Amino acid sequence: MISARRTMAILRKELLQLRRDRLTLGMIVMIPLIQLVLFGYAINTEVRHIPAAVVDQSGTSLSRALTQMVEATQVVHFERRFATVEEAERAIVRAEVRAAFIIPHDIDDRLVRNSSAFSRFAPPAQGETARPVAQWIADGSDTLVAGAIRSLRLMPLGELFREPTNAPTPTFEVTLFYNPEQRTVVNIVPGLVGIILTMTMIMFTGAAIVRESERGNMEMLITTPIRPLELMIGKIIPYIGIGLVQVFIILGLGALLFSVTTAGSLVTLLLVTLLFIFASLSLGLVLSTVAKSQLQAMQMTVFVLLPSILLSGFMFPYEGMPRSAQLIADLLPATHFMRIIRGVVLRDAEFADLGPDAAWLLGFAVLGLIVAALRFRKRLD
Amino acid sequence: MSETVATVVGMTRRFGTNTAVDALDLTIPKGVVYGLLGPNGSGKTTVMRLLTGLLTPSEGRAEVLGTRLPGNAEALKRQVGYMTQGFTYYRDLTVFENLRFIAEIHDLPARRKRHRIDELLEAYDLREQAGRLAGALSGGQRQRLALAATVIHEPKLLFLDEPTSAVDPETRRGFWERLFDLVDLGTTMIVSTHLMDEAERCHRIAILDRGRKCADGSPRELMEKAEGRVVEVAGDDLRHIGRELAEHPDIASVAQIGARLRVLVAGAVTNSEATVAQALRGHPDVSPRAVRPNLEDVFVLATHGAAR
Repeated sequence: MISARRTMAILRKELLQLRRDRLTLGMIVMIPLIQLVLFGYAINTEVRHIPAAVVDQSGTSLSRALTQMVEATQVVHFERRFATVEEAERAIVRAEVRAAFIIPHDIDDRLVRNSSAFSRFAPPAQGETARPVAQWIADGSDTLVAGAIRSLRLMPLGELFREPTNAPTPTFEVTLFYNPEQRTVVNIVPGLVGIILTMTMIMFTGAAIVRESERGNMEMLITTPIRPLELMIGKIIPYIGIGLVQVFIILGLGALLFSVTTAGSLVTLLLVTLLFIFASLSLGLVLSTVAKSQLQAMQMTVFVLLPSILLSGFMFPYEGMPRSAQLIADLLPATHFMRIIRGVVLRDAEFADLGPDAAWLLGFAVLGLIVAALRFRKRLD
Repeated sequence: MSETVATVVGMTRRFGTNTAVDALDLTIPKGVVYGLLGPNGSGKTTVMRLLTGLLTPSEGRAEVLGTRLPGNAEALKRQVGYMTQGFTYYRDLTVFENLRFIAEIHDLPARRKRHRIDELLEAYDLREQAGRLAGALSGGQRQRLALAATVIHEPKLLFLDEPTSAVDPETRRGFWERLFDLVDLGTTMIVSTHLMDEAERCHRIAILDRGRKCADGSPRELMEKAEGRVVEVAGDDLRHIGRELAEHPDIASVAQIGARLRVLVAGAVTNSEATVAQALRGHPDVSPRAVRPNLEDVFVLATHGAAR
């Protein structure tokens, strides 16, 4: 039913056009390269050196020592000093600092009663209240910044009096697999494979059919015996190769620059990546049959790309999203791929471990291809 | 000439409230060049798209090369060639690559493909340009490439939508030479045009205006029918006289051609020279003279009736 000769003719034509399209060729290499370097270095969920102010109402040597100890944690960097809390608050409004450290005038008194400073002393007697040593006010709108400041809450203060640091026995013992050093880039690199493939694959194929119409070639193509499915298949095969090149660039550079090596087997990696590329391409083809111009195809790509970045689990954990958002996320091929690729690259998961997500991607790809071929009419009305 | 390749009966095509083709009847005999003559927007391209199965008619039917329309147009696509108005082959492929692509799309076997491409490069004088990008060709060369690609599968019926509107007269002559070579091989052609010199080359023409057929026949027949309705007026102050004549109820159209006015008289009038002379009573220094109609006169007279 499908003629191999006609499919090959389309394929060869696409390759020839691609070879002469220097800009697209450049984008194929430059997009993964630049994005990887950019995101690999830029995205870091572990916040350090938050600009902060200090309001020292006590002005003792003790308060100065405390300030230095806090700064030594590297979580904050004291850039300003204010006499009053009001001034510090205004500085937060003006975004000069993200947080302010307020040391009350009775710091000595508070410290003596605080268990984090004097563990060997008896806990405060009945009726006596242990009060916090000092106060932080912080711009809590960014939850990552707020979390970093909050991590200072239980800071041990023993060192302040040359006491041994009191290490309370943890309630739970935690062992972190796969990313023990807690480097953000470990999670970012495999995720980036999904994001970049979503972007380039949907964008290239999204424009593929529309370009034929825009340049008038479609008017000629529909008067030939070409079948829609032959056209679709011939058009996506070159991009499968391009997708694989991009995966190679991202994972290769990821290993080279960020030491994120692939733990799983390369065969599994190839298989799942092919599935995802196939799914993205067929989504692109569907968009291409809807769009009236290359600009519209581009806009639709962005429409798919944004949720793919924000909801797929690339930036924020899928588990943290409300049920309704998870349902939307489940519709995106990127969500399924994000789980799969992290499984293969980081956790050495076997193909069998990834069954449901892989099956979903395959189903999506086949359905997309059929919808695109059905939507494509060899008519003008 | 008894054999027909296409018959159209009462074909209508509407786009929303706009009727692009209105109850069209056509009979196209085998082995002729059939011209569809009409101004822009008269429905010529729509007729071609209807007959190639790219558009479905709102009403009416047609039979093209034994295929009934509306119906399975896919079978028809192997037997017809359609050269669209603009250049619709790939500008970023070379001449050879374009021809190879089209040959493969038409499923020509490898040997036949090579032979055919070779033949076409020779016949359409494209051998030297074979390695050049189609986008870098001159208008005439590009036109030859489009024709070569359109006939690569040797269609029995060829649709040409304004094939030479964009090229110079010299190139146009050469192009028509090639069309008649194809006719010699038994190909039938439907050519749309708004150029009179192109229409004159057709065996038969149908004049279209706003989707309706106003007249059809051979160019000679049509010109003979318009005999006696064309009057030329020579003299001074033609702009002024022209405006005056255009007001006259029996005069269909006035156009200035250099130092003369070409006056077309409405169909009901028997003696057109006398009618014009009477209309010119106030201007003794100008003289009307009946002349032979040309195809443009036929065209204007045919489309004029519908305009009123």
